[in-house]
Amino acid sequence: MTDVIASSVNSEPTKGYFAQQLSDLNWSEITALHQNATSSDVDRALSASKRTLADFAALISPAAVPKLMDMIAQANALTRARYGNTMSLFAPLYLSNTCANECTYCGFSMSNPLKRLTLNQAQIEQEIAAIKGKGFDHVLLVTGETSKVSMPYFQKVLPLFRQHFSQVSMEVQPLSQQDYQQLQALGLDGVLVYQETYHQPTYQKHHLRGNKTDFVYRLETPDRLGQAQMHKIGLGVLLGLEDWRTDTLMMASHLRFLQKKYWRSRFSIGFPRLRPCVGGIEPKSVITDRELVQLIAAWRLFDADVELSLSTRESPEFRRFAGQFGITTMSAESKTQPGGYAEETPKALEQFSIHDDRSVAEVAKMLTEQELQVVWKDWDPALRS
Amino acid sequence: MSLIIADHEFHSRLFTGTGKYASSQAMLASISASGSELTTLALRRIDLKTQSDDLLPPLQQLGVKLLPNTSGARTAAEAIFAARLAREMLQTNWVKLEIHPDPRYLMPDPIETLAAAATLVKEGFVVMPYVHADPVLCKRLEEVGCQCVMPLGAPIGSNQGLASKAFLEIIIEQARVPVIVDAGIGAPSHAAQAMEMGADAVLVNTALASARDPRAMAEAFKLAVQGGRLAFEAGLGGRSQTAVPSSPLTDFVQGLV
Repeated sequence: MTDVIASSVNSEPTKGYFAQQLSDLNWSEITALHQNATSSDVDRALSASKRTLADFAALISPAAVPKLMDMIAQANALTRARYGNTMSLFAPLYLSNTCANECTYCGFSMSNPLKRLTLNQAQIEQEIAAIKGKGFDHVLLVTGETSKVSMPYFQKVLPLFRQHFSQVSMEVQPLSQQDYQQLQALGLDGVLVYQETYHQPTYQKHHLRGNKTDFVYRLETPDRLGQAQMHKIGLGVLLGLEDWRTDTLMMASHLRFLQKKYWRSRFSIGFPRLRPCVGGIEPKSVITDRELVQLIAAWRLFDADVELSLSTRESPEFRRFAGQFGITTMSAESKTQPGGYAEETPKALEQFSIHDDRSVAEVAKMLTEQELQVVWKDWDPALRS
Repeated sequence: MSLIIADHEFHSRLFTGTGKYASSQAMLASISASGSELTTLALRRIDLKTQSDDLLPPLQQLGVKLLPNTSGARTAAEAIFAARLAREMLQTNWVKLEIHPDPRYLMPDPIETLAAAATLVKEGFVVMPYVHADPVLCKRLEEVGCQCVMPLGAPIGSNQGLASKAFLEIIIEQARVPVIVDAGIGAPSHAAQAMEMGADAVLVNTALASARDPRAMAEAFKLAVQGGRLAFEAGLGGRSQTAVPSSPLTDFVQGLV
């Protein structure tokens, strides 16, 4: 390993960026918002036309469970009004599973005895052909973080995707504003960087080595993306790492901050959840299936416009109805190991195991049965400035 | 909670104007009763050359903050010139930027306003631009450094209320600077409605000046603005909405744990 391991020192918060505001958001006060929510708070939140953070807190609280069907009905109506009867599909493509970070919950952690692979140009072209063959036109590029898989590699591979896909997004390590601008010029349309948790002590507990230990730098990534005028910016917390309700409310504050400041960008929310599993870490707060439905519907009630995205970690049954409680985009037939689309590589390379392993055609058929039109292409290279 | 614009704290969220009053006595009585701490006056109305100016000295006596406006300017260049002149005459770097090339409806010119705002901010002015209720324009003005935005509710002097409501709501939701609804507010209920929506302040002139009793009307507006703000802070209830999800979905959700 030649990778330089950063010390766990955090960057200084940048003036005007969200990290500077985070200290104003008191964790226990935000927690009290959902813990103390009553059924009348829920009723008020349900009938409000513009919903506040306190309304959102009530809607994700246990007090809202009796009103879940009302929430879903409203979430569906809002989603149909804003997105129509559609569901966008995309494919995640794992370029590399090498990683110099050590994170307690992730299969790619450096110390995991896992076969490591970084795709070369020929392998990438095979993957592209396989994904295009399934009909996808939006690809999400995923990597771990090493010095080998960084800007020079991204600059080399992005043009390969740009030729074949109308939309290219990335879920890689945080980069600088200049890096994002360069990648944008090469055809990058969106970037997802999940904060995992907004609770810094918990964050430090789970991110033990590598650049990812820098909480502040990661937290400021959406600011750098906004400054770079990235078309789409994705946020997420790893549900269960901390109190998922409080983390969600922190992320909602973050979203509002970003929407006001970087009003030219679109935003997307993902819902990765930490589940109890053999050999893995125990979630601090488990989010159940029903709570996840409630959370997604509440997000839609909080924000009629934001893209809500669901992965194949969820079950076919869950994904069947997801469009009716607020989800607007999903992946399908995902392979979470590098090279997974073109050939059957050993499962041992995977980042996480998927729950919905149906083919793209089956997922598309399921969506059609739900009276949703599958949207493959929702962007065009001509719109890249 | 008080309102802060450019480090200046306001306890009243009702801003007023000085035009259209039958007499300066009526104007003073009205502004005084309104509790307003900021009143705007047109540079073109101020006469400092003669000693017979009947507008400025009484206003200065009242202790209210004066906000010169560039009313009459039709281009950015004219407005910038007027702002510099006002700064010199009134010893204030605050300016209400109004540019209307259209003498009939006095519609603000967005292109000239953005250009003038950028220049004036660089020159150290606290710029308060009067604009159409255009959410993108308001963000652009915020980005060039305006300390607030002043979108219109309806054509100036029309007393039509919040005709631009749908756009004002977006502006209020998106703004990172105070939003002051200016123009068109003809009744205390309009002012209350703007405050309930979350506007940071309202500017009212014609409705006060043209009332049969400007002093009493000023008091009515004062109470309406306070009431609307209180309601906003207290959290208004919305209208209940109903819809019915499909039955397979209901079965799915009810089967979850």
